[in-house]
Amino acid sequence: MAVTRETLTINMGPQHPATHGVLRVVLDLEGEVILGARPIIGYLHTGFEKEMETRTYHQNIVFPPRVEYLATMIEEVAYVQAVEKLLGITPPPRCQVIRVILMELSRIASHLVWLGTSAIDLNISSVFMYAFVDRERILDLFEQVSGQRMMHGYMRVGGLQWDLPEGFEAAVRQLMEDLPRRLDEYERLLTDNLIWRERTEGVAVLPAAEAVAYGCTGPVLRGSGVNYDVRKAFPYSGYEQFAFDVPLGRHGDAFDRYTVRMEEMRQSRRIILQALDRLPDGPVAVDDRKVVLPPRRELVRSMEAVIHQFKLVSEGFHPPVGEVYHAVESPRGEKGYYLVSDGSNRPVRVRIRAPSFCNLQALPVMVFRGTFADVVVAIASIDIVLGDVDR
Amino acid sequence: MSDRRPEERLDGRPGERPDELPPALARIADAVGGAWLSGAVQEVVEFRGETTLLVARERVLDVLRYLRDGARPRFPMLTDLTAVDRFPQEPRFEVVYLLTAVDPQPGAPPAPAVRLRVKTRLPGADPRVPSAVGLWPAADWLEREVYDLFGIVFEGHPDLRRILLPDDWEGHPLRRDAPLVEEPVEFVGHVPKVPSEIIPRVPPRTRPT
Repeated sequence: MAVTRETLTINMGPQHPATHGVLRVVLDLEGEVILGARPIIGYLHTGFEKEMETRTYHQNIVFPPRVEYLATMIEEVAYVQAVEKLLGITPPPRCQVIRVILMELSRIASHLVWLGTSAIDLNISSVFMYAFVDRERILDLFEQVSGQRMMHGYMRVGGLQWDLPEGFEAAVRQLMEDLPRRLDEYERLLTDNLIWRERTEGVAVLPAAEAVAYGCTGPVLRGSGVNYDVRKAFPYSGYEQFAFDVPLGRHGDAFDRYTVRMEEMRQSRRIILQALDRLPDGPVAVDDRKVVLPPRRELVRSMEAVIHQFKLVSEGFHPPVGEVYHAVESPRGEKGYYLVSDGSNRPVRVRIRAPSFCNLQALPVMVFRGTFADVVVAIASIDIVLGDVDR
Repeated sequence: MSDRRPEERLDGRPGERPDELPPALARIADAVGGAWLSGAVQEVVEFRGETTLLVARERVLDVLRYLRDGARPRFPMLTDLTAVDRFPQEPRFEVVYLLTAVDPQPGAPPAPAVRLRVKTRLPGADPRVPSAVGLWPAADWLEREVYDLFGIVFEGHPDLRRILLPDDWEGHPLRRDAPLVEEPVEFVGHVPKVPSEIIPRVPPRTRPT
């Protein structure tokens, strides 16, 4: 029988359990070896950016957590801080520290989902169950704070919706006490697992120069060894006051991205403990009735408060003419909001700089000359959220 | 040095001394000096600590290449590429490039954090701009997205087709004159809402209240 050197084109997705959503990849194979990969996206495009142009700045707070539904608190902070930058206001210190605590909890929750789902992609289902138990504890905390597990709407332009509930601090401390033991356990289950090592080490390699050229950020970039973390490079919400390390990989393979994320969870715990120790007292929103809704107790006494409430709800505030870009470090990389204001009550343009979109573009580089089975590992190691890719 | 010193052309801050500039801005003014003096940069806007260079469309690739390879610090990363529609103003479109100076060496200490925005304006009748894919592979999908949603053509792009919307979609939804309407449904007595009309746009006030 003659051996043909024909390439075979096959389709993967959009309904495929290992694509973490509705991603479609068209692969050119020569036998088992991948010669080309073309990700096809857009199946989850919902037009958030257009939608946000039609609403006031305050109403738009509902959209960010729906764009990227795994790190919801970080998304909300990214948006409200962009608006705060546009307005030129700084929220009070207590609000900043609470935001840091919630963002780092959100990062741990998102990394736990990543850990569980990428383990289940390689048929290690127990880690998935354990990781989701811990994530659920974090979502319970978010529910305690905001009333919602996922779509919180807790952040406000200029502050927070309300202060932390009683018992929150103790619950976070308890979780932080349990976390290292749990993380060690997952690491023993995976790092000491021959299958996990064989399937991730040296697989889906992304060289540092390529990672930068493709605009990759987050653990994908740091797994390749490039030291760029928005929390260090462009500190926001007072991150410059916290001591934490930025873990870096050396080989740029899927295993390095795994170790980077595991260490990031430990560093997040370090930040949360520092933040709890120095949580200041005071208000959680700026004292500016032109931006922040008046508290409910004032509405029954003060006509002025009622007028402010009415104007803010029906019309919203008017930021000055200008444009700002504000980025935060999301679990997937640099999440940025670029807002353009013409001085009216609605933004002219809201651009969501999505880390998943840019990181996914490097997938063909990662899987080139790999085997078909490695595509699953590569997609899992990028940690995409399709809502974030397609917006 | 030319007599047109960069710090004299900062928008709204005529004659400011370089030592009085915020450090990040002074670095950028320093960095873009070369391209600046050649007359490529038409205007520099500073707002909320962010710097935007306005460049003519014919020179935008030169400026981007200079910032990537020759500037101090270099900007090896194209963080974002997007567009803004200023309809009904003319020139209507703005293509916005967001560059970040990162140290691409593996294991390096954190590099000084500098960001720079480069912007070029395009007329509504002829929305064309040269493609930056030759400079950054990251521009591939980003330019396809701008083409898809705004209809701006990137000349020299290897594969310019829709990316988020279906191939047979008509129009470019992020243009300001593209209507945002509800999908028609067949319920009796249902009047489709126009979401963009629920909250009226209140134009800027002449004086702050």
